[in-house]
Amino acid sequence: MSRVTLVSICASAGLLVYILEMVRRRRLREEYSILWLFGSVVILVLSLKQDWLISLARAVGIAYPPSFLFLVGILFILLILINFSIAISRLHQMNKKMAQEIALMKRAEEEKNEAGQEPETRSVRSPS
Amino acid sequence: MHTPPEAVRVLVVIPAYREEKNIGAVVSAVRKHFPYDILVVNDGSPDNTSAAARAAGAAVLDLPCNLGIGGAVQTAFLYARDHGYGAVARIDGDGQHEPQDIGRVLDPILAGSADAAIGSRFLGETQYRGSIPRIFGIGFFRTLVNLFTGYRVTDPTSGFFAINRRLIEFYSNHYPSDYPEVDAYILMHRLKARAVEVPVRMHERWEGKSSITPFRAMYYMVKVTMSFIINCIRRFG
Repeated sequence: MSRVTLVSICASAGLLVYILEMVRRRRLREEYSILWLFGSVVILVLSLKQDWLISLARAVGIAYPPSFLFLVGILFILLILINFSIAISRLHQMNKKMAQEIALMKRAEEEKNEAGQEPETRSVRSPS
Repeated sequence: MHTPPEAVRVLVVIPAYREEKNIGAVVSAVRKHFPYDILVVNDGSPDNTSAAARAAGAAVLDLPCNLGIGGAVQTAFLYARDHGYGAVARIDGDGQHEPQDIGRVLDPILAGSADAAIGSRFLGETQYRGSIPRIFGIGFFRTLVNLFTGYRVTDPTSGFFAINRRLIEFYSNHYPSDYPEVDAYILMHRLKARAVEVPVRMHERWEGKSSITPFRAMYYMVKVTMSFIINCIRRFG
C-alpha cells in the first residue's frame, strides 16, 4: 500500500467520522451534510479498493491513479460550493422578505396608533 | 398644484440611505408642490434619516437592515399594493431629482396613456453634465435596452419614474435587488407594458457623496448586463 493511499484513507475516514459527529450533535444540518458524507465515502472506497481506482483512472486516461482521487475530491468540493451559493441565495431571499415584512408591520402598527388618536381612520389591510 | 383624478390615489416614494441632511428638504419640496401621500423608505440607515423624514411630514418605512435600493423600493411597492394606491412616483432622496417634475412623470400614468413613465435627464432643456465613464455606461445600456426590448430610451439608468397599478402589483413580486432601473425595462418588455420617457431636471447632489466608485461602476456594468440577459430567458410565475 503506497503512502498516498494511506493518507487518503485516514483523511477520508477522519472526515467521515467528523461530519457524522457534527450531524449527531446538531451542529450541522442533515441537508448540508449529505454531499460531504457522500464525497468522503466515495474517496474512502476508492482508497481502499485499489483495483477499482486503477481501472477508473485508466478509463478516463489518468496515468497516475491517485490523481483520480484528487479529481474526485475537487469535483465534490465544487459541487459543495455551488450548493453553498444556492443556499446563500435562498437565505438572502428569505432575509429580504423578512426585513420587508418587518418594515411593513412596524408601519402598520404606527398607522393603528395614529388612527386611534385622530378621528379620521384609514383601513390597513395586512400584506397578503 | 396638481390635483389627481378622483379615483387614483398617488404615493410618492423616496428611498433613502444615509440622507439625514437631504431627506427633509426633499420631502418638504414634494409637499409644497403636491397633495400626494409621501412614503420614505429608510434602507437601514445608521444616521437620523428616519427622524428627519418624519419631522418633514413623511410616512416612513424603516427597514431593519440595508437591503439595497431595489429591495427598499420593492418594500414601498408592497405598501402601495396593500394600501390600494393606483400610482407610485419614485424620486431619489438626495435631491438629485427635481421634486416639481414629479408632475411630469405622473401625467402619462394619471392620463392612462402609459404603464410607466421614466424621467430622462437628456430630453428637453438639459443642464446635465456627466463624467466620461458615466456617459459611456449610459450609452452602453441605451444600446442594450434598445436591442433586447425595442424601447427607445435616452436615460436607461434613471430612477425617477412613475408606474401604474399594474406595474405596482408586478414589481411587488418581481423587482431586482440592486441596480433595478435597467432590468426594469426587460420586466416591462416581458409584460408588454407601455413605457414612455418624459423630460425631467436632475441636479448635482446637495450634500454628501454619491455611492459610485470605479470598482462599483465595473460591478454595476457586469451585474446589470448579466441579470438583464437572464431576465430575458427567465419565467415569471
